[in-house]
Amino acid sequence: MKISVLSLQGDFAEHAEYFRKAGAEVELVKSADKIRNSEALVIPGGESTTYNRLMKQFGIIDALRELKEKGVPVFGTCNGLILLARSAKGEDPDYSLGFLDITVSRNAYGRQRESFEADISLLIDGKNVFRGIFIRAPKIQEVGPSVEVLAKLGDEPVLVRQGPFLGATFHPELTDDTRIAEYFIRLAENKGKI
Amino acid sequence: MEILKGTFRLKVGLAEMLKGGVIMDVTTPEQAKIAEEAGAVAVMALERVPADIRKEGGVARMADPEIILKIMEAVTIPVMAKVRIGHFVEAQILEELGVDFIDESEVLTPADEENHIDKHGFSIPFVCGARNLGEALRRITEGAATIRTKGEAGTGNVVEAVRHMRLIQKEIRELQTKRPEELYAEAKRLGAPYEIVKWVAENGRLPVPNFAAGGIATPADAALMMQLGAEAVFVGSGIFKSSDPERMAKAIVDAVAYYDDPAILAKVSRGLGEAMRGVDVSKLDEKELLQVRGL
Repeated sequence: MKISVLSLQGDFAEHAEYFRKAGAEVELVKSADKIRNSEALVIPGGESTTYNRLMKQFGIIDALRELKEKGVPVFGTCNGLILLARSAKGEDPDYSLGFLDITVSRNAYGRQRESFEADISLLIDGKNVFRGIFIRAPKIQEVGPSVEVLAKLGDEPVLVRQGPFLGATFHPELTDDTRIAEYFIRLAENKGKI
Repeated sequence: MEILKGTFRLKVGLAEMLKGGVIMDVTTPEQAKIAEEAGAVAVMALERVPADIRKEGGVARMADPEIILKIMEAVTIPVMAKVRIGHFVEAQILEELGVDFIDESEVLTPADEENHIDKHGFSIPFVCGARNLGEALRRITEGAATIRTKGEAGTGNVVEAVRHMRLIQKEIRELQTKRPEELYAEAKRLGAPYEIVKWVAENGRLPVPNFAAGGIATPADAALMMQLGAEAVFVGSGIFKSSDPERMAKAIVDAVAYYDDPAILAKVSRGLGEAMRGVDVSKLDEKELLQVRGL
């Protein structure tokens, strides 16, 4: 299974390493053509305003819309989650492409001094603890009926899935715990069904 | 539920999110807006850009908190600000204001010629300049979460940033060729703790992100630094001292994202107007160099 990691900006190298550790073949992609031909795509953390401008400039929005139409598995963290959401407070309305029926609020916990680490409950394969790294993180505010919540910080959803699309408000790629990468690889291998 | 803030992982984590991006010097909220709209991943709030500090002289200090707060209100991207080397009270003030990143910078007039700030004690990350591996590792030991080349700020001349980036990479490659028992002498030579020297020898990179700064003035300069191994780029005077800052800012953002694609670099480099005038670093007097501050 080849996982493509969008490498326009952000912590794409950490994602690449995270998925390699989980056993996947990884390719960095940043041209519209390569994105269009991805079997599975990861959208990393980074700055959404930077992503928004680069995506408009280099025709990447259409390539992502095609992936959505085709149901190609996509995993977004932080910035990537904002892009996958239906809408995001504090961000250009054009940026959120509606892969996931959720609304989010950008930088919802505050500035960097409010960034935090905490244990979250991971609801994949039973109930387990996972270390959540939240950096100027967004918050998921509304979750549609067909969205499954896969991890929670207290009562807040922080990892959600809808069909082949997966999104996290935190950064699993900044830990050595590859369970979430393994889950996405499984999702990708099963063409979005699990 | 236990919540931890200000951990080293969170500090380095923010720097990871800035990779592949451009951090732009701004002196007003209006400039900050232009930078954000152009796609900057962060802005550096300061009173004067390095080219003006160089020209006007005097003591260069942390910017007025009033300006920093206005810039923080103007944009949603992370805001950085500079403190003088060793001036931990300026750093305490910036932490209190809630800036996202502090640059302990040789561009400002040093407040302490012996000691840098103990950066471990702060909850927000620091970036520090380095000309070589020894400086880089000493700053990391003090708690820096990111290293950048010093270059020679305010010159619009990339030659020193290239020298510093090449030297750091070369010294890392040389460490990798050493036998284990030789690393003790290397630690002594570098003036850095053995543990961190050993880590670099084993991993072939710095333990924190490695950015480029100092004299970057064009999209080609920015892409050059990226191809030499920088993970992100700071542009100081290069944007707002050019004839068309908005276009220059966008072009540099594009060039950093697509630093390895000459077709895109050729396209974004066209018709940008005049880059900042710049100075020949070799014509500068030793006393005018900023890079020799804070070793």
